[in-house]
Amino acid sequence: MFEQHFPVLPIVLPLIAAPLCMLLGRSQLAWLLATIVSGISFCIAVSLLMVTLDQGVLSYALGGWEPPWGIEMRLDVANALILSVVTGISTLVLVYAKDSIATEIPQSQHTLFYTAHLLCLTGLSGILTTGDAFNLFVFLEISSLATYTLVSLASDRRALTAAFRYLVMGTIGATFILIGVGMMYMKTGTLNMLDLAARIGEFEYNRTLNTGLAFILVGVSIKLALFPLHMWLPPAYTHAPSAVSAFLASTATKVAVYVMIRFIFTIYGAEYVFYSMGMDVILLVLAIVAIFNCSFVATVQSNVKTMLAYSSVAQIGYMILGISLVTTAGLMAGLLHIFNHALMKGALFMAVGAVFMRTGSADIKAFRGLGKTMPWTMAAFTIAGLSIIGVPLTAGFVSKWYLVTAALEQQHWMIAFLVLIGSLLAIVYIGRILEAAYFKDPVQSASDKTIKEAPLMMLVPMWILAVANIYFGIDTSLSVTAADAAANWLFEPSAQAVFQSASQSASELGAAR
Amino acid sequence: MNIWSALEPSLLINLTIIVPLIGAVLVVLTGKYPNLRETVSIATAITLFTLVLGITDNTFNQITMATTWVSLLSGLEIAFSVEPLGVLFALVASFLWIITTIYAIGYMRGHNEQNQTRFYVCFALAISTVMAICFSANLLTLFIFYELLTLSTYPLVTHAGTDDAKRGGRVYLGILLGTSIAFLLFAILGTWVSAGTLDFTPGGIFTDVQSDGLIALLLVLFCYGIGKAALMPFHRWLPAAMVAPTPVSALLHAVAVVKAGVFTILKVVIYIFGIENLSQIMTTDLMLYIAAATVLLSSCVAMTKDNLKARLAYSTVSQLSYIVVGALLASSIAAAGAALHIVTHAVGKITLFFCAGAIMVASHKKNISEMVGLGRKMPLTMVAFAIGTLSIIGLPPMAGTWSKWYLVAGALEADKLIIVVVLTISTLLNIVYLLPIPIKAFLTPPDENQQPWSRAETIKTPLPSLIAIGITSTACVALFFYPQPIIDLINLIPDVSTEFRGQS
Repeated sequence: MFEQHFPVLPIVLPLIAAPLCMLLGRSQLAWLLATIVSGISFCIAVSLLMVTLDQGVLSYALGGWEPPWGIEMRLDVANALILSVVTGISTLVLVYAKDSIATEIPQSQHTLFYTAHLLCLTGLSGILTTGDAFNLFVFLEISSLATYTLVSLASDRRALTAAFRYLVMGTIGATFILIGVGMMYMKTGTLNMLDLAARIGEFEYNRTLNTGLAFILVGVSIKLALFPLHMWLPPAYTHAPSAVSAFLASTATKVAVYVMIRFIFTIYGAEYVFYSMGMDVILLVLAIVAIFNCSFVATVQSNVKTMLAYSSVAQIGYMILGISLVTTAGLMAGLLHIFNHALMKGALFMAVGAVFMRTGSADIKAFRGLGKTMPWTMAAFTIAGLSIIGVPLTAGFVSKWYLVTAALEQQHWMIAFLVLIGSLLAIVYIGRILEAAYFKDPVQSASDKTIKEAPLMMLVPMWILAVANIYFGIDTSLSVTAADAAANWLFEPSAQAVFQSASQSASELGAAR
Repeated sequence: MNIWSALEPSLLINLTIIVPLIGAVLVVLTGKYPNLRETVSIATAITLFTLVLGITDNTFNQITMATTWVSLLSGLEIAFSVEPLGVLFALVASFLWIITTIYAIGYMRGHNEQNQTRFYVCFALAISTVMAICFSANLLTLFIFYELLTLSTYPLVTHAGTDDAKRGGRVYLGILLGTSIAFLLFAILGTWVSAGTLDFTPGGIFTDVQSDGLIALLLVLFCYGIGKAALMPFHRWLPAAMVAPTPVSALLHAVAVVKAGVFTILKVVIYIFGIENLSQIMTTDLMLYIAAATVLLSSCVAMTKDNLKARLAYSTVSQLSYIVVGALLASSIAAAGAALHIVTHAVGKITLFFCAGAIMVASHKKNISEMVGLGRKMPLTMVAFAIGTLSIIGLPPMAGTWSKWYLVAGALEADKLIIVVVLTISTLLNIVYLLPIPIKAFLTPPDENQQPWSRAETIKTPLPSLIAIGITSTACVALFFYPQPIIDLINLIPDVSTEFRGQS
């Protein structure tokens, strides 16, 4: 009875809890409420993932208005997977945030932080769940506005300019998406994604729809920080409070990648976007350039948070590369990397946040000698760092394996080689930090106050993610199966046109596996 | 000789990997009591060796041993199975681990090294990964433990923590991880996509389906991807890693790490490409000549080095390429020579490194030019050094004779006269850069201007180190007279045989 409302709960629960946090007024209570709500959302998301793996697709008509007239919430394996990641990371970050924000955000604004965080979660869950193109834009704006607030909460005043820059770029991106959606509506008269897909399929070639696609892709590319539209991201991640950086780096851009996948594969159809419009070459080139340019820029950064931000942009390149290969294997590798990268970057940003808390700086100099003073934090950083490099038995290796295999299956030898070379740059930028932490003596001025290990409440979520990096590097059955099912699901146009046959074929796929 | 015969044969593989890990944990727990800690180390090493002996026994009795840990990626597993080449390498590594542990006790105490517990722990971890490499059943498993070996030895290389150590460690990690990710992983993925399997199969896994160009490319990628084999120009990590304490240089950089490299090359050649098919690959000759050039060039570089460990390091680079040459000659007898060279070079080179370490501990001399007349002060050490030298050169009655014999025979069988010439010149170069050291130590009269050695300064090599040196130098001689068990083992490897088949 109650279970039928599950698809909408990850949106509704945080939305209700957000103003409550504000009303509670006490930082402790707000923290407790936010964490519990986020945790419940995570449990629901995981159960939804299990259901979708089993049954294929879940449709929920909001307010009882039948689609395509009402707003439809639609969950398949692809968004259920990412929804689990987003809510899971959100819960861990909230556990982590309690101690972290105590030093980084003024006491009076703590409830504001939890409110904004929950609103951001609402928006992200909404983007993931909705089956309505305009509704997607609305949720995108909710999450973005919440994000601007989160970034500007930091006591560092540079956060304000970073947030403003983010605001300007983010608004341009959102407006582009709105224009694109408007053009689609103008031509087809519908906003429901499945309905859109069916009607767009009727047009052979249409300039309005093409322009709409262009607007949407550029808009989404800004949101997901695809090179060369990524310049808003590094300052925002650098100056935001650590907990916010950890949350955004592992969720916000991933959700934007999901939006791109949704528009390309579900609404327009891979054939239309890639074969008629030739977007695959553009995305492929930009992805490769992103990997190399941003990895290289990351190697010369002195601020570790900036370095990780550039690394994020490079990693997004890997995801887009997977998409641009236009095969099930490539798309699957991209989705898998969304999942795995969330684990790595979450752990890395949490570790840096812990260092920032204890040393008051995220500069590489502050990391000197931390191997002795903060052994647990640096051990977690090392594990997640090895995962970014793609050392075997970590999650990063699994992503890379599938990405390169996907490229090789298409006979793209050069691309496969470039992907591997790109990961060598990761050795350099992660290696610099590890060398500083384990081999350099602490700077003299810092030695008058002794640096302690991070508090337990920060170490636990950090280590959950670090262990997850190893776990999903060894036991890949869950992540790979889900990503594979999602990619197959997205790639099969017939599966989306006819609902009945689709759910059947999906369950057959599940059974075959 | 098999004291583990009561156990399930396949369980032995798991034990060889797990026992060093348990040893590592025990070393951590007993870290506060040095005597207990070192007893644990030696006990673990001896247990491991008996386990490997048990596996050897089973191999001779044709008992198949295999085990699977987890299924990692679709259709790919972390799996282990025993084949004779792996047993050979496991025997060498586990035997020399015992000796090195004995040696390390003397060295580390005599040298007052810091962080000794970390040292013994990393040592045990490295041996565990070496065992896993020995018994890997497919390329993916081998690759995983190959990478873990690099990572677990990094703290050993940078043990001293000085700027030099850091720089050496950076080169070490950079080249080894770089080549393995850029080339080896690429080659493995290419093999996987084109052949659909990564299992080690006697006779190779490639069929007529794969294009010649692809296989040719893969061979080059494998040869350079296995950076631990130190093929030029990716050999720089080996001399750089010599900043490590001498026991590390001895075991890891004369035995475990570098031999893991050439072992992997042999394994890939025998079980992925197939020795029979090797001669049809267009790049085989190219790689063969690169290996031959490495043999000669690194010998030349070795001559210019005055630092003893650096000279030995370049000598190792040169000797490793012997094995690569043997693997690429596409002849069964040369492959046998290459496999045998893993053993003979290991005992010879470890003796030399032990002596170098003993000299450093006892007289604090690192440079060859300072070692004039040292034979009078450290006669036993320098005699052992002379034995090791002769074995590396390949003169009877030392073990090195046999491997060189088979390598030359293989070159003749493969009709590659130029390789015979290269091996001969290299032997001469070995004489030039190694033999002067013991000669100077014994035969040069003491310098008049030098301070006469007082009794107080009389040098003593630490006793455990001396025992270790004695054992390995004895092994150099013993293997000349009794190479048969090892040759029997080598003859069990598919497509490899010490029988000279001649022209057919």
